[in-house]
Amino acid sequence: MITPETVAYLARLARIELNETDLARFVPPLQEILAYVAKLNELDTSQVEPTAHVLPLTNVSRSDDPLPSLSNAAALQSAPCTDEGCFLVPPVIE
Amino acid sequence: METVREWLNALRTGECSARDAVTTALERIRTVDPQLQAVIAIDPERALAQADTIDRQRAGGEDPGPLAGLPIGIKDVICEKDVECTCASQILKGYRPPYDATVITMLRRAGAIPVARLNMDEFAMGSSTDHSAFAITRNPWDTNRIPGGSSGGSAAAVAARMLPCALGSDTGGSIRQPAALCGVTGLKPTYGRVSRYGLVAYASSLDQIGPLALTVEDIALLLPHLAGHDPHDATSANLPVPNYPAALFQDLRGVRLGVPKEYFIAGLDPAVETAVRSALHLFARNGADCVEISLPHTEYAIATYYIIATAEASSNLARYDGIHYGWRAPESTTLDEVYSHTRRRGFGEEVIRRIILGTYVLSSGYYDAYYLKALKVRTLIRQDFTRAFDTVDAIVTPTSPTPAFALGEKLNDPLQMYLSDIFTVSVNLAGIPGLSVPCGFSPDGLPIGLQILAKPFDEMMLLRVGHAWQQLTDFHLRRPPVCATSFSRPTTHA
Repeated sequence: MITPETVAYLARLARIELNETDLARFVPPLQEILAYVAKLNELDTSQVEPTAHVLPLTNVSRSDDPLPSLSNAAALQSAPCTDEGCFLVPPVIE
Repeated sequence: METVREWLNALRTGECSARDAVTTALERIRTVDPQLQAVIAIDPERALAQADTIDRQRAGGEDPGPLAGLPIGIKDVICEKDVECTCASQILKGYRPPYDATVITMLRRAGAIPVARLNMDEFAMGSSTDHSAFAITRNPWDTNRIPGGSSGGSAAAVAARMLPCALGSDTGGSIRQPAALCGVTGLKPTYGRVSRYGLVAYASSLDQIGPLALTVEDIALLLPHLAGHDPHDATSANLPVPNYPAALFQDLRGVRLGVPKEYFIAGLDPAVETAVRSALHLFARNGADCVEISLPHTEYAIATYYIIATAEASSNLARYDGIHYGWRAPESTTLDEVYSHTRRRGFGEEVIRRIILGTYVLSSGYYDAYYLKALKVRTLIRQDFTRAFDTVDAIVTPTSPTPAFALGEKLNDPLQMYLSDIFTVSVNLAGIPGLSVPCGFSPDGLPIGLQILAKPFDEMMLLRVGHAWQQLTDFHLRRPPVCATSFSRPTTHA
């Protein structure tokens, strides 16, 4: 059973800040959904191969040709904060 | 002038220039959309500039392409170069992609003109379009009801005749279900048939772009300009693209239609069941052979889907960090806060729920029990379809268990909303193509959809059966109350 502590841990892993009120709201539907998906345990899948992908493709490769890439300006055009051609973030080193 | 075919005829004969076509579409949007809010943004200058180029080409004797001048709406999840693409999310406010999606490149090359960005559930997560950060789209048949989702803006815009056609995306039914609930025709192609390059990813092993329009014929006219191999998408299939419009010349004689008994269950609205049963009788009377089949793992599809889709989503949506593109929470003072505040305030409730669920099923200690288990059940669901297609050419089912539900009805009950996808999610898990066509109305006057499924890459069969159906019925041509009078003539300018 998923608890508020579990959800707080998962939110931390997913880098989403959740406060106590958020946790109280998120926990019940998550519990309900997880109880529902436990339905899969009715099936014996010990002899079944997993399907990660439906196409019969493995190791699609292409020739290694140099092509034009995005310009610095194009790569930065939608960034919320930039400086001197770089993405700007708060300081990470003291 | 409502269907794609009618618009193209008017454009080809010169009755309507490309500029007239764009102007007409924009005027219809201005007239009708305030009641529906299907449109997130329009860029008239850009659309008119493309129209003028086409008109000049035509005047100069050049061929501007088979779809020249055709206005099309684009779900706000598909990238157009330098046009804001938000996925109906606060976190992507301000994101202007530096490139076109392959489908946009192909449509433009054929002469089609993207004129509007259409509303959706945030990041395509939802079945109602009431999970949009910007607007609640309403169903043209009853504005107190949802249009379905997640491509609700696309379905509503086509149903209300604002635009002759639109692109949507379908991860668990997001084209077919809103098409059904708004009374239009929508196709989810086979996984790999249409390039996903430039489609903002929700669940990469399930997502597929497809068209919505009024008729199957229109879908057949659009599909050649969407399908095909793309070196930019390694999961696009390197297979020839058939001549789709040729499917329209074949009738139903000798077609074997499977009717899965697991789809006629408790919870199926009686009006939906009646409409679908009547459809089966009509198919049988016109030469098709209808047989009962079994897809025994149907009842496990929703659980399987919500594990796989949320797992993939939690990974795909990790890229929204408040740094590279879009919006950043303004009060963030540390790098960690840039991430966690931006993601808390930038994502809506349903998106956060799915990221957390996906993080859970992939996390240490739960991976085998949830994610790996779901991948194995996915195999069983796929095998159900493979076996069924040994004996039938197509499968016919309801698209949605009920007609459109009320606005906000399932907003606080996610599991109930998930269960409304029961007839559509298996198709994405199996990777097969699916078409929804209108097949009747409820006693309240709400549209009902019929879903037709075929083998991988057999879109021809869907078009054949769907078009034959629309030759026998007129549900697809009925107009919702918001546009009760016909938009018969284009707007012409001297």
